[in-house]
Amino acid sequence: MRQVTLTVNGRRRTAEVEDRDLLVDMLREKLRLTGTHIGCDTSQCGACTVLLNGAAVKSCSLFAAQAEGGKVTTIEGLAKGDTLHPIQQAFHEEHGLQCGFCTPGMVMLLHEFLRRNPDPSEHEVRTALSGNMCRCTGYQNIVASALHAAWTMRGEG
Amino acid sequence: MIPAAFTYHAPRSLRDAVRLLRAYEGDARVVSGGMSLIPAMKLRLVQPEHLIDIGRLGELDYVRRTEDGGIAIGAGATYRSIEKSRAVAAVAPMLVETVRQVGDIQVRNRGTLCGSAAHADPAADAPATLLALDATFHTTGGASRRTIQARRFFVDAYETTLGPTEVLTEIRIPKQPARTGSTYLKFANKASRFAIVGVAAAVTVDRRGVCTRARIAVTGAGPCAVRATASERYLTGREVSAEAIAAAAARASRGMEFIEDVHGSEEYREHLTRVITQRALTEAARRAGA
Repeated sequence: MRQVTLTVNGRRRTAEVEDRDLLVDMLREKLRLTGTHIGCDTSQCGACTVLLNGAAVKSCSLFAAQAEGGKVTTIEGLAKGDTLHPIQQAFHEEHGLQCGFCTPGMVMLLHEFLRRNPDPSEHEVRTALSGNMCRCTGYQNIVASALHAAWTMRGEG
Repeated sequence: MIPAAFTYHAPRSLRDAVRLLRAYEGDARVVSGGMSLIPAMKLRLVQPEHLIDIGRLGELDYVRRTEDGGIAIGAGATYRSIEKSRAVAAVAPMLVETVRQVGDIQVRNRGTLCGSAAHADPAADAPATLLALDATFHTTGGASRRTIQARRFFVDAYETTLGPTEVLTEIRIPKQPARTGSTYLKFANKASRFAIVGVAAAVTVDRRGVCTRARIAVTGAGPCAVRATASERYLTGREVSAEAIAAAAARASRGMEFIEDVHGSEEYREHLTRVITQRALTEAARRAGA
């Protein structure tokens, strides 16, 4: 066992983990942050996406020990009190989810992508989402949510 | 899925990493981004007793120009940092084009070029491009430091010339000749985006439109990425035309070994190799101004 310390959603958190524990295991099992989901567990579906030092990563495909000392943002870290993050608000308004299982990963990926590209085309959004799978929506409303979020985050909303 | 138990090591220097690799020779694996290795460990296809993480070493995290006008890419450099590099865009635009086709944003944020090369997945994109760019592979940790030519690096599926205590520390890409056009094109598995067949082509032409140099490499088709030397030889010295490209592409599968799996038969891959080679050569020649 080893101690891993991360700054998660702005708070220093330490947990005792096995070397083989994945980052997603530490977040869900040790820190009880269950908003990050395990979908495929084979790094295809993107449901486990979190930000590590600002970059979207699949937390099922790195060991907690590899993230030692890093800054992690999960879906729980986006809303400010009762005020949803603009990306979350956009998913709400555009009905960007049905079962909601893939949503945390979608939102975290878009968080990085919209910072890189604040005014994306629909095609760019679809390409960016290629590592995030949704089995309910057919993606249509997810793409609409992403474009809506980009629009409000540019201050045009 | 839970990997078999192992001990994780985060050495503070490359020297320490090599020391660990020698201490645990045969029982250790080096990890950088881990985008290939960690999924394989979760499936227990790979069960190292020791995992040595070089992905956190600042000394290996670089993409820079070399004195001779080429590019040096350290083992810690992610696909993302290559994607963003102006130096790579200027010297080897085909590499940027290739990297953009790897995995997805999340995978490119952590995955590394050197890691992909050392892993040598038969369907990886980068090996074809590294072959076509005449890349060299720089190692440490063996009896001596080695510089390995791309053509000698890839040996078989998941097999390179790297020894058990060697670390691939850097890939260098030489400056490409003037009037060279290049592209990487793949026919991808729709779900995984891995290459069923991927072709990297770099074509150099002179002022009269005669091909003076051709580099064509194929990934995904066989157990490891290889150069299509029969096509290269055919095109070199000939005036570049649709007919010459078609004839060169028809020779692309000569001497090549093909694999068969759920995504395609040997015949299918052989056919695709010729088709994708023709398309890649056509685009590379267009970019060369031929």
